[in-house]
Amino acid sequence: MAKETESSPLRLRIRGVAKRFGPTVALGGVSLEVAPGEVHALIGENGAGKSTLMKVLSGAHQPDAGSLLLDGQPFKPSDPLHARNSGVAMIYQELNLAPDLSVEENMLLGTEPQTMGWLRRGERRRLAKRALEEIGQPDLPLDAPVRSLTIAQQQLVEIARALVGEPRVLIMDEPTSSLTRLDTENLFAVIERMSQRGVSVIYISHFLEECQRVASRFTVLRDGRSVGSGAMAGASLDEIIQLMVGRTVDEIYPHTSRAIGEPVLELRGVAGLVKPSRVDLTLRAGEIVGLFGLVGAGRTETLRAVFGLDRLAKGSVSVFSHEATRSTPAKRLANGVGLLSEDRKEEGLLLGRSIADNLTLTRLGPVTRLGIVNSSAQAAAAGKWMDRLDVKALDAAQPVGELSGGNQQKIALGRLLHHEANILLLDEPTRGIDVGSKAQIYRLMNDLAGRGKAVIFVSSYLPELLGVCDRIGVMCRGELSEVRPVADWSESAIIRAAVGQTETGEAAA
Amino acid sequence: MNLAQLGSRDFLKAVRPFVGLFMVLLLFAMDAELRSLFFKGGNFKTILTQTVIVAIGAMGMTLVIVSGGIDLSAGSLVALCSVVTAKLIEHGHGLAAVLALTVLVGGLAGLANGGIIAAFRMMPFIVTLGMMGIARGISKWLADNQTVNPEVPLESVNSLMDKSQSPLTFFPLPDGVWLALGLAVVMTVVLRSSVFGRYVFAIGSNEDTARLCGIRVNANKIAIYALAGAFFGLAGVMQFSRLTQGDPSVAIGLELQIIAAVVIGGASLSGGAGSIPGSVIGAFMMACLANGSSIKDWPNYMQEIIIGVVIILAVGMDKVEPMLQRFIRRGK
Repeated sequence: MAKETESSPLRLRIRGVAKRFGPTVALGGVSLEVAPGEVHALIGENGAGKSTLMKVLSGAHQPDAGSLLLDGQPFKPSDPLHARNSGVAMIYQELNLAPDLSVEENMLLGTEPQTMGWLRRGERRRLAKRALEEIGQPDLPLDAPVRSLTIAQQQLVEIARALVGEPRVLIMDEPTSSLTRLDTENLFAVIERMSQRGVSVIYISHFLEECQRVASRFTVLRDGRSVGSGAMAGASLDEIIQLMVGRTVDEIYPHTSRAIGEPVLELRGVAGLVKPSRVDLTLRAGEIVGLFGLVGAGRTETLRAVFGLDRLAKGSVSVFSHEATRSTPAKRLANGVGLLSEDRKEEGLLLGRSIADNLTLTRLGPVTRLGIVNSSAQAAAAGKWMDRLDVKALDAAQPVGELSGGNQQKIALGRLLHHEANILLLDEPTRGIDVGSKAQIYRLMNDLAGRGKAVIFVSSYLPELLGVCDRIGVMCRGELSEVRPVADWSESAIIRAAVGQTETGEAAA
Repeated sequence: MNLAQLGSRDFLKAVRPFVGLFMVLLLFAMDAELRSLFFKGGNFKTILTQTVIVAIGAMGMTLVIVSGGIDLSAGSLVALCSVVTAKLIEHGHGLAAVLALTVLVGGLAGLANGGIIAAFRMMPFIVTLGMMGIARGISKWLADNQTVNPEVPLESVNSLMDKSQSPLTFFPLPDGVWLALGLAVVMTVVLRSSVFGRYVFAIGSNEDTARLCGIRVNANKIAIYALAGAFFGLAGVMQFSRLTQGDPSVAIGLELQIIAAVVIGGASLSGGAGSIPGSVIGAFMMACLANGSSIKDWPNYMQEIIIGVVIILAVGMDKVEPMLQRFIRRGK
């Protein structure tokens, strides 16, 4: 294989590509080489230029400088359709399917085989079937509306759609961000199949472990430049992270010694209307407890039920040794319990409102006199947290929606700090944010625990749970396993618990 | 709060309705006939008086729209409350009782709107559409399907909207104008700076987030619609005062004028944006257009076309503004 790559000409060669938007340099010289059939990981923090580069490749932006060669020929896509017809297909992070159309209709949307405006049905079916077979999914129902499929299946439809055009290069942007681990495995099998058929894949992901598994080579972007590339096999995770953030990562997961105190939150047989079905947990002051599980295992539902957002069907909750089973978010907040939503855009933040409003909303008291909010006191309070959390923004009056994902998450977390919450329920606090911000959030959690606060940390990313937590529990189909100290868990034991200790294939449902 | 604190984006938002009004006045000043007849103290007194009903309604509607809702029952509630005012005067009540009870009736209707919306999680559009019919029906029933003319007029209510004293000078302004201005100041502070106001914005920006932040969304919604109903009730008293009779078939389509004023004033129908001064200026601007059109002797349909164009222009500014902001920021 390696020999083949060396002797055959490159599939795609990008040299010195630059792109400016007004005064901002989005790309300042990117070079990238991909061989036929190679899976190439493109790695970089948010804002490093990955999406701009992909937009240049897919024809959405024209580069200011540099050259693109596709199979040795100059490649200057004028728009996405042109790029697709030239053999460069892109699968976006957000699914771009028409939910009410069938699988088959979606796959051939825009490229329907036709004779003078009339669809050729037989031909259409043949093309669609062939594409599904190519990704090893002949069982997907061609006539079902896409709406009725799972997210993972929808993504497969999207990949199949890209394959209909017989692409030479397939670009995948964060394809696993909404997939469970098993669906992710499936996707990897599909990628490997495509690679064997000679399709080059450019794989963009935040999950470095995934990139290591699926890709044979990598390129790291930082500040719009390619700062390093090489064979995956020869590179360690630390080296790649170092390239990404441009500094050594001595301590991503700080863990200072903590004094574990009294129980602050006790859940006894907690069950929701649908999920969870049974959760027993004691959280102590100064402790970080991790909750791992597959998507849909009931972790988010557990936090929501405990916080009073969803109704509890059974069980009891005590906060600071006081029985407080039935509750509302207002009462929980009053008792010092705070929740960070997994979905900061849809639920966690008021995107159109200012940083100051978002930071202080749950506790306006200190900046209010006689029911009137003092704007400058509010801005000062917000400014303090912005400094503390190293938020990059114009000022406290800037709408949160204008910030990057990492900075938005810091604002959402900052609200719990301003509230002086003693029990923090954090649902996927590091999802979709850059490595630098992640490291800051880990440090922050460590500080909070050190000052006696108690944290429940829900995550789908095992390394961070192992790095940050004191104890970890695993949820599977609504039930929480025994919560054990991190030292008592191995990575494989956690995953076995998450899939219910059955064979991996069986647990797919 | 001074302008420096506001920052460029808030500043643009805050001045937008004023810019619109200024442009209307500028256009009027270019016409010789309007220059001599429109820009007169007495005429501005007339315009302000004509603004009062829509402006008071717009204060309530601004709360509702900023919270992400809509209230279509405004016009019907104004008619209902004008009839209620007439009935109360027939029963010999004084000014204070008339005001308090009419506002209470409007507030109760709003309470019903908010209660149903909150309890059953129904669309405000549907609930208030229903209330629009119910209130209109009740007002016709109450008035026996005809206008109600109290035999003994209550001078203090009638004078609220009486602009006939010294018609050529700006002062004295009718009491209703002063009342509307006072309420505008109070409501500006309430919406912009009170904790309740922050909650209204939070609910309109993202209801889920508001709930997550411990805001009692249902209770606040009920309060918002009840308060809006109270404003429509007060507008009903003004409506009575303007005609000096209770008329169950008056103010048809008034809710749309009120909504237009709020939207011209910078509110977003998807919630989370809007201001009281903006809405009041929006109402004043529409009254100016109507007044100018009638001075020019333009037919009614001309006015309707002009106001329609202005609404679209005002909302179109929403799309132009981000470009302007980017331009300003680049200059910094």
